[in-house]
Amino acid sequence: MNAEGRSGARPRTLVLALGHPDRGDDGAGPAVARRLRARLRERQVIGGSASGRVEIRELPGEATEILAAWEGFERVIVIDAVRSGARAVPGAVHRLATGDVPADWKTSPSSHGLGLGQALALARTLDRLPPALTIYGIESGSFEPGTGLTPSVERAVERVADELAARVVGRPVMV
Amino acid sequence: MSHRPDTNAPSVEKTSTGTRRIEVDVLARVEGEGAMRLVLDGDRVEEVELRIFEPPRFFEGLLRGRRFTEAPDVTARICGICPVAYQMSSCHAMEAICGVTVDGPDRPLRELRRLLYCGEWIESHALHIFMLHAPDFLGYESALHMAADHPELVERALRLKQTGNDLMALLGGRAVHPINVRVGGFYRIPDRRDLLALVERLERGRDESLETVRWLAGLDYPDFERPYELVALRHPDEYPMNEGRLVSSAGLDIPVSAFEDHFEETHVERSNALHCRLVERGAYFVGPLARYGLNRDRLSPVAREAADEAGLEPVCRNPFRGILVRAVEMLYAFDEALRILSEYDEPERPFVPVEPASGVGHAITEAPRGILYHRYRIDDEGIIREARIVPPTSQNQETIEDDLREFAGAHLHLPDDRLTWLCEQAIRNYDPCISCATHFLKLEIERK
Repeated sequence: MNAEGRSGARPRTLVLALGHPDRGDDGAGPAVARRLRARLRERQVIGGSASGRVEIRELPGEATEILAAWEGFERVIVIDAVRSGARAVPGAVHRLATGDVPADWKTSPSSHGLGLGQALALARTLDRLPPALTIYGIESGSFEPGTGLTPSVERAVERVADELAARVVGRPVMV
Repeated sequence: MSHRPDTNAPSVEKTSTGTRRIEVDVLARVEGEGAMRLVLDGDRVEEVELRIFEPPRFFEGLLRGRRFTEAPDVTARICGICPVAYQMSSCHAMEAICGVTVDGPDRPLRELRRLLYCGEWIESHALHIFMLHAPDFLGYESALHMAADHPELVERALRLKQTGNDLMALLGGRAVHPINVRVGGFYRIPDRRDLLALVERLERGRDESLETVRWLAGLDYPDFERPYELVALRHPDEYPMNEGRLVSSAGLDIPVSAFEDHFEETHVERSNALHCRLVERGAYFVGPLARYGLNRDRLSPVAREAADEAGLEPVCRNPFRGILVRAVEMLYAFDEALRILSEYDEPERPFVPVEPASGVGHAITEAPRGILYHRYRIDDEGIIREARIVPPTSQNQETIEDDLREFAGAHLHLPDDRLTWLCEQAIRNYDPCISCATHFLKLEIERK
């Protein structure tokens, strides 16, 4: 994608992948971002019109950076690794719209900050939620440093990346 | 990464003497989260133990076998809030081994490194001051609760942090895990116009930082002090970031290459972190209070005057006032960034070429949280054979425990929930990486 050709119009959709690639399944978000870019290249969606309508970004997941990242976008899709409880199966994919996320959803923040749950709560308080927000939560197995993705999580990553690729196909993409 | 609430039910063990031992374990494998153990016997604090789960030897292991040029990229991943500190320490250590100094005709590169570090101090201190610690002083459970009543404080934090991040992104290529930093300098020098375009926001940030110092000066601080040995870099001309000798308030004055002669690490079984101590005198104290106490005369006039106006004594040993010192440093970082830009000379080349040479090299730079030591041994092909990284938070660990022992001991008369909250605040004085896990470092105290 040649950014110099951009007309200056802001991309309308942000795909925001949260997580840390060095910590096992916490790398699920960044893995989705990588696969999504690859899928879109395969479909030769990259390099469409110069104005760029979708942006893909990766962040560790600190709350203030999330708020800064999604400012100005009309539609935001967040991908993050989650642990929703003892009975949840690694690789399960939860899809939440803004209204589905409980107001008191606590997160396990990494050392990098306050986390997605806090970002959502803060955004609500400050009236900084994007007009449209979807969250893909990929149920995780392990966050052990130095390990890769659990196989079932890896499969979930591919499913989510495929689904997002289908959603954005036909739109020019900034990667 | 996120998960649903609170699986941290504390375990309580009651011994035959009636001493209660409370342990609160958190997700042990997650970097940066911690656990606290406090044992009280009647009106005495019998034991205090802080466990910090740092990304330990994993990264040191990751570095072995890699090319020396990869050290800045790999170590930047250790901390999402202070990647630049890791890059700077690793670059300087590698340059030391290879006999390269980024200065002289390449002084503009040296200044750009300092400018990058200003960006990191700004974003790290802004995050700590407003989002992690101010809620404690204002009586809120969290920044979120504070935001409901004081959205303007959080908006200010976002603005200041964003300015710091944008400065980092401009120089580093990305605010998170900057990719433009390399041994010898940078891969690409940013456009002069892009740098100067930041001036207006930096000026606003400087103004807001001064307001922040004034606001913080009016808050109530617990009366608490211990005779810490402060340890920081000291430089002949400037408030220290990348260069200097290592000095202390007890007379230490050594080149950074002598760090291991004077500091030793002992492995403590309960934690992945190593306890770092001065060989001769034990626990010590690093971070903004140490830098300030040892380098106050190197602050720029506006920062020094703000410190004076705020009633900050020349050497401050009250760790609760760390938030105020961080605000002074944030002000200094904006001021220094503006100075660098006003004197900016475009570098003739983006980096000094560095040829590998076998040997050992050391470097210490001042991360937002304190001195960060790196040592490497590389071979003549530039392959890393050994790596040693000592982060500031682990250097403060014993001091934090000692603080808690004394602080808890002096406040045992308080109700448990109040005491718990005060102890958590005492830990946050040090802005350790775990401080972000405000809901997960629970100090629970039970008494007979």
